[in-house]
Amino acid sequence: MIRVVLPAHLKNLARVSGEVTLDVEGPVTQRLVLDALEAQYPMLRGTIRDHHNGKRRAFVRFYACEEDLSHESPDEPLPDLVVAGKEPFLIVGAMAGG
Amino acid sequence: MSGVRVLIGTRKGAFIATADGTRKNWKISGPHFGGWEIYHVNGSPADPDRLYASQTSAWFGQVVQRSNDGGQTWEPVGNEFKYEGEVGDHLWYDGTPRPWEFKRIWHLEPSADDPDTVYAGAEDAAMFRTADGGKTWQELPALRTHESGPKWQPGAGGMCLHTIILDPVNRDRMFIAISAAGTFRTDDAGKTWQPINRGLRSAQIPDEDAEVGHCVHRIAQHPSRPETLFMQKHWDVMRTDDAGGSWREISGNLPTDFGFVIDVHAHEPETIYVVPIKSDSEHFPPDGKLRVYRSRTGGEEWEPLTKGLPQRHCYVNVLRDSMAVDSLDPCGIYFGTTGGQVYGSADGGDTWKAIARDLPAVLSVEVQALP
Repeated sequence: MIRVVLPAHLKNLARVSGEVTLDVEGPVTQRLVLDALEAQYPMLRGTIRDHHNGKRRAFVRFYACEEDLSHESPDEPLPDLVVAGKEPFLIVGAMAGG
Repeated sequence: MSGVRVLIGTRKGAFIATADGTRKNWKISGPHFGGWEIYHVNGSPADPDRLYASQTSAWFGQVVQRSNDGGQTWEPVGNEFKYEGEVGDHLWYDGTPRPWEFKRIWHLEPSADDPDTVYAGAEDAAMFRTADGGKTWQELPALRTHESGPKWQPGAGGMCLHTIILDPVNRDRMFIAISAAGTFRTDDAGKTWQPINRGLRSAQIPDEDAEVGHCVHRIAQHPSRPETLFMQKHWDVMRTDDAGGSWREISGNLPTDFGFVIDVHAHEPETIYVVPIKSDSEHFPPDGKLRVYRSRTGGEEWEPLTKGLPQRHCYVNVLRDSMAVDSLDPCGIYFGTTGGQVYGSADGGDTWKAIARDLPAVLSVEVQALP
């Protein structure tokens, strides 16, 4: 079970509170976690990754285990602690604006 | 009519104001989608309880929301807006080519007959349509791929398709306006488009009377005179009486002919309203006085409307989608400001009252007369 923390605006959009939990088959990568997230919450499609090229939106960041994973390949395995459900995968709106 | 519903889009959410037919006491709900930019909220003429909202964010992109109960509850619908075929280039601010890139929906225009059919105006300029209540959107690509497209350039607010008028008589005819390309018309439901900018003169472009390149801020039509359109251009207030075949200036005695909004009285097709703004370098009213100007003669002769509006120290702007008229009698006029005020007049503009005073900056105002 993968734990995912959404930013406040996306929690509201998906109508969830707290963490989201996902079952991900096979190797746990950013891409597969986001695929599972969007399958469970289709209203999030296009809000984290571009609809057409699949790239992370510019002002969205991915953190886990105190590391910034935003620039990692989406097909790299996520840290073991995330895979084990001991640490969450954090989706963060970059700090900017007012 | 039992009342009116004013749909307000702001920089930080949507608000809905309702009142009975006297339009004296207002109840406001919101913010809906707090913290998100709501470029536009609009209702279906065929089903007033069917609303659509364009919800956007620099972080999380575009969302479209739909309500089936007049804005009490909402559900996100489709948000995929894909340019068809070869994307191509337009001109960037510095005159270099830049590929079309979807940024947001500025305007939603539901069809007169079908609550599930809506047209959407995008930045970068393109027109989309849904026929399934917003689940899926398809581009009408002939507009973006018009031969003049590579010459279109963004205005300061972005290269946005901000106005859509669905002709009430000829159902295959539509008018749209783009900053800063100008006004276009289709007579075959979007299969082909022609620029309709003859008569416009814009000192800000190299060729003042070019076929395209004009920064049109807003156009408006009265349903009983579908060949007549009124335009607030960047500078100049204009009208056409031949569906855009030629335009003439009607700025007349306005204190300044820069501005964004323009609208037409619901029952008097020659009565029009603008809010003059001092200049494009000072986006606030002249002399710190917020004045709506009304012409009862289809332009040229204008009178200031000031009762109930601030007449000192007022330095707000009124953005292009932020004026609307209701169909009650007397006609109600509404507009919102970048200072978060929404003003309404229940007597055709003679007197004004603030419906709301301290909202986030207002991006759009629409009004529905409720059965």
